[in-house]
Amino acid sequence: MSAAFKPDETFRGDFRYSNSPAAIRRFPLPFPEDNYMYSVNLEPHVPGPKGSVTEFAIDVDEHYVAECRERALVLAEEPLRYQALPHMMSAQWDCLELIFGSLARDYPQHFRLERQGNRWHWINRPLGLDQVFTFGDPATLPREPLDYATRQAQGDWVVMDQRDGDLWTEAGMVTTQADWSLDFDIGMTFKEWHGPVPLAHEMQVFDRALKYLLALRLDAPVRRLNWTMTVNPRLDTSPENYPKWGPDRASVTPQNAGDRVHLRVELQGLWRLPRSNAVVFGIRCYLISVRELATVPKWARRVHRVLKTLHPALVDYKGLTRYRDAVVQWLEAHDDGSPTTPGTSPE
Amino acid sequence: MSGGQTLEVIVTAAQQVTPLIRHFTLARADGAPLPAFSGGSHVIVVMRGGDRVYRNPYSLLSAPQDLGTYEIGVRRMEESRGGSHFMHDRVKVGDRLEIAHPVNLFALDKIARKHLMIAGGIGITPFMAQVEDLHGGTVPYELHYSVRSPEHAAFASRLAERAAGHVHLYYDSDRRFIDFEGLLSNQPLGTHVYVCGPTGFIGKVIDTARACGWSGSHIHWEQFSAPPAGDAFEVTLAKSQRTLMVPADRTLLEAIEAAGVEVPYLCRGGVCGFCQTRVVECDGELLHHDLYLSDADKAKGKSIMPCVSRARAKRLVLDL
Repeated sequence: MSAAFKPDETFRGDFRYSNSPAAIRRFPLPFPEDNYMYSVNLEPHVPGPKGSVTEFAIDVDEHYVAECRERALVLAEEPLRYQALPHMMSAQWDCLELIFGSLARDYPQHFRLERQGNRWHWINRPLGLDQVFTFGDPATLPREPLDYATRQAQGDWVVMDQRDGDLWTEAGMVTTQADWSLDFDIGMTFKEWHGPVPLAHEMQVFDRALKYLLALRLDAPVRRLNWTMTVNPRLDTSPENYPKWGPDRASVTPQNAGDRVHLRVELQGLWRLPRSNAVVFGIRCYLISVRELATVPKWARRVHRVLKTLHPALVDYKGLTRYRDAVVQWLEAHDDGSPTTPGTSPE
Repeated sequence: MSGGQTLEVIVTAAQQVTPLIRHFTLARADGAPLPAFSGGSHVIVVMRGGDRVYRNPYSLLSAPQDLGTYEIGVRRMEESRGGSHFMHDRVKVGDRLEIAHPVNLFALDKIARKHLMIAGGIGITPFMAQVEDLHGGTVPYELHYSVRSPEHAAFASRLAERAAGHVHLYYDSDRRFIDFEGLLSNQPLGTHVYVCGPTGFIGKVIDTARACGWSGSHIHWEQFSAPPAGDAFEVTLAKSQRTLMVPADRTLLEAIEAAGVEVPYLCRGGVCGFCQTRVVECDGELLHHDLYLSDADKAKGKSIMPCVSRARAKRLVLDL
């Protein structure tokens, strides 16, 4: 990512947020076809094309500095957005190594990690941080390792312990979530955590996904895309803050839908962690306004058709009930009925 | 997701530590550190012996903190299909081998209040690394290690040094045996039991624990079934439209791979369930040797684990 950071962006209040033309073109559209239904759409998390959001293990884009500041604001108000149960300490260090190691390897112009045995030196230039610490000794960091590392990474991070043939949500940093709460879900099994998702249980999506993830290999991380929509470019759509963002949904009209409504795509990565044998689930949120999306003609047609034909249970679950029709109406003018090419590329 | 990437390693030390066990030290050929792992992990060692490729799982017994080298212990199996004999007779210091990244199917439970480990013979190896993970921690543990005689007690001196006060040794030659019932009927709540060793030994611990009222979630065991040799048989792969012979000294999985058809796998020992394959047709008997499918599933005959299981049939068709 060569584009400059945009440190003045905001995800609340005046919502100063936009995507550069380059950011629009690399947006991870989750719709390979003109209609959408769940699937176990896991694929190997191998490097994607140059410049794409999957070029590197962990993507750093133009919103990095602003998103890290937004996270700090959320945590200042609600410290329980970060939690880790005591037995997750080795997994915390595994996560720190994954995040810092990936950033330093893939973005050497911004990050640096020097390791001499257990003495590690971390430099984060965009955030102006310089920290020497002892790997494995939490007392040498200003915060717990997972807290410290995920304040310097975009997206949410959930760490699942593996035992008794299940994955248990037992640590995490969750401030950019689509209406779910770590504080509520901590300690849950994989299927309990996903309990509210409609249709997918009947389709045995979670039986298969769990079996797959229990066998996740150290050298073979996987990824998938998920999506919903959000009114205003608000990262923190948490149940805790529902009164702040829920009412926004009533403000959408066919006239303002293009600017107000954002497609919210999660690039979800899953890694087996080496020392703890835990699994970390990275949920990276990308926001794009419907108007920005419609600058790509194929995507305008595609999203129009997906929304128009979306299963009613998914419309409800994704919280689109109040404004889906307004978005469809806004996009109608951009859909001349011509076919779309298969796949998600802009052309 | 099948074998994944392999790492090239060099044998930096090889030593006969008991009459049956050879101890190997492996370092990366490119000098880089090996991947971090957790105690209880194994690696698949890929041995290329002329026209044959062996892939055997071996537990990592070295300290997870030390990533300069991995150590494994290989017991010479009496009825080897060749893997353990290859490691014993052909692999020398300086030789190159390939290994897959570590996989842990025998992890310590992180919320256990106490760990009770029971090893029989070569089953000591995964516990060697786990003891290192527990070293200096606050969770109490005991390791009960049963072995034929002092000369067969591999790594006993290292254990005495690293886990002093936690290790209990039992020699058949002294007529000392683990009192499974005494041990398992007298543990604090929240204890997890782990057992690794010969089949009968594992079965005894599991049965005793169940009889003592242990919850299944607190009983852990690992045994890599050595794939039993058997009679040759013919298999048809429906999707690839291939028919091939599985020779007596090869596994079904090896034969399928040799034909260029990929099957996902992790353990190659009948434990992980990853290579589960649908049986389309079988006019004879499936010889299930895995520890993954339930007895009911085995009886149904709709699935097979080709890493260890075979068939006695004129016609076997798999969904591959």
